[in-house]
Amino acid sequence: MRMLTFAKRNFKEILRDPLNLSFLFGFPIVLLLLLSAIQANIPVSLFEISHLSPGIAVFGLAFMTLFSATIIAKDRQSSFMHRLYTTPMSPVDFILGYTLPLIPIALAEGVATYLFAVILGLDVTVNILLSLVLLIPVALLYIALGLLCGSVFNDKQVGGICGALLTNLSAWLSGIWFDLDLVGGAFKKIAYALPFVHSVEMQRAVIAGDYAGIFPHLWWVLGYALVILVAAVLLFLRQMKRQ
Amino acid sequence: MMDAIKIKNLTKRYKDVLAVDNLNLTIAQGELFSLLGVNGAGKTTTIKMLSCLTAPTSGDATVLGESIIQNSAAVKASIGVSPQETAVAAGLSVRENLELICGIYGFDKQKTDEKVSSLSAMLSLEGVMSKKASKLSGGYARRLSIAMALISEPKVLFLDEPTLGLDVIARSELWDIIRALKGNITVILTTHYMEEAEALSDRIAIMKDGKLLVCDTPDAIKAQTGTDSIEHAFIQIVRGTGK
Repeated sequence: MRMLTFAKRNFKEILRDPLNLSFLFGFPIVLLLLLSAIQANIPVSLFEISHLSPGIAVFGLAFMTLFSATIIAKDRQSSFMHRLYTTPMSPVDFILGYTLPLIPIALAEGVATYLFAVILGLDVTVNILLSLVLLIPVALLYIALGLLCGSVFNDKQVGGICGALLTNLSAWLSGIWFDLDLVGGAFKKIAYALPFVHSVEMQRAVIAGDYAGIFPHLWWVLGYALVILVAAVLLFLRQMKRQ
Repeated sequence: MMDAIKIKNLTKRYKDVLAVDNLNLTIAQGELFSLLGVNGAGKTTTIKMLSCLTAPTSGDATVLGESIIQNSAAVKASIGVSPQETAVAAGLSVRENLELICGIYGFDKQKTDEKVSSLSAMLSLEGVMSKKASKLSGGYARRLSIAMALISEPKVLFLDEPTLGLDVIARSELWDIIRALKGNITVILTTHYMEEAEALSDRIAIMKDGKLLVCDTPDAIKAQTGTDSIEHAFIQIVRGTGK
């Protein structure tokens, strides 16, 4: 009950920010339009809608990190968090209350991306539904990153680190915008040691109906999500105790 | 009259700073008790310890018989806190803020409606119920903050500088609200406004550098110092100790 009430508050606060809404739905749609227009003029296999839309669906989830980190950092810096600490809310209520409302938001972003991709020519298959299900572990990964950053940084630092640095890193190292084989070497090794490219390749495999191709990418995503989530919870509890 | 708060040798040290030094105090149930002191005197740290927001370095205190160290959950269940800054969820309306705290305390819909209705009437918030908290004036934001602290029907209410930054009218209105609480709830108030402490308090404690310098009724403090106001008495007591 407490956790759901708190989750509802976080859901409302995130969705009532018009900037969040424009990032959430506007950005993926603009990217799909822009890159599909490039593809129409200069055909590049990377930007074919069946290849592009899974990448955009994953990239859009980077904003979940920004949303969760910002709301946590703002709460931590304000007396509102002090008020909540004097109530019977438990650490579990806080952590789930910050995490759960972002899952439907992430799914809504995925639905909007694939709906628009269908308008642009993506085949309507059951694979779209499966890819939405597999967006949940990716969303958890990005939400956990937000929980971690929000527990450590203030809201201004969060804007720079999650809004700029992490978004760019997850874009460059994901293979969405360019083929990682073109760069190769250490860059490619680093990219494959991180979860971003695995998230994209898992989504591409589902949309292509290549179910065996989901693995081992799913394990990479789940592994990273779990480790980051545990680290985020420990850091959140530490700052809670400190405050 | 039974004691609401008993403080025994309460001490808080932050690295090299002794924020509260061996504090001993007893506050009766229904009393309106003011903590006065210049910045850094230890008032807010004392309130934070009593409301279980920070652990004492040594010593202990009981709130309605429950130890702040041994049974912080029971203490939290019996207190309300209105922190120094206005502690509200900025993106929610006044009604939603009140409903949020009702939800956190596990109230059902009927009790929530009753609480929202009675507290909005008590604190004259009816005209701004749909307004976003971020759009409220300073006076209304403080009223909302106090209403949120009263939702759990606390037996002990901590008001940390509740009228800071308010204009004369808003401050006078808030004084009336605080006076109305007197007798029913034990109120512990910190303030920089001497006339506020004099007008509202049953007893006043003056702190400096974490130490308690004096604790008595406003009239007794004035008589001890031979002054005609708490402001003059405060200056004499605080200056008299030197450094």
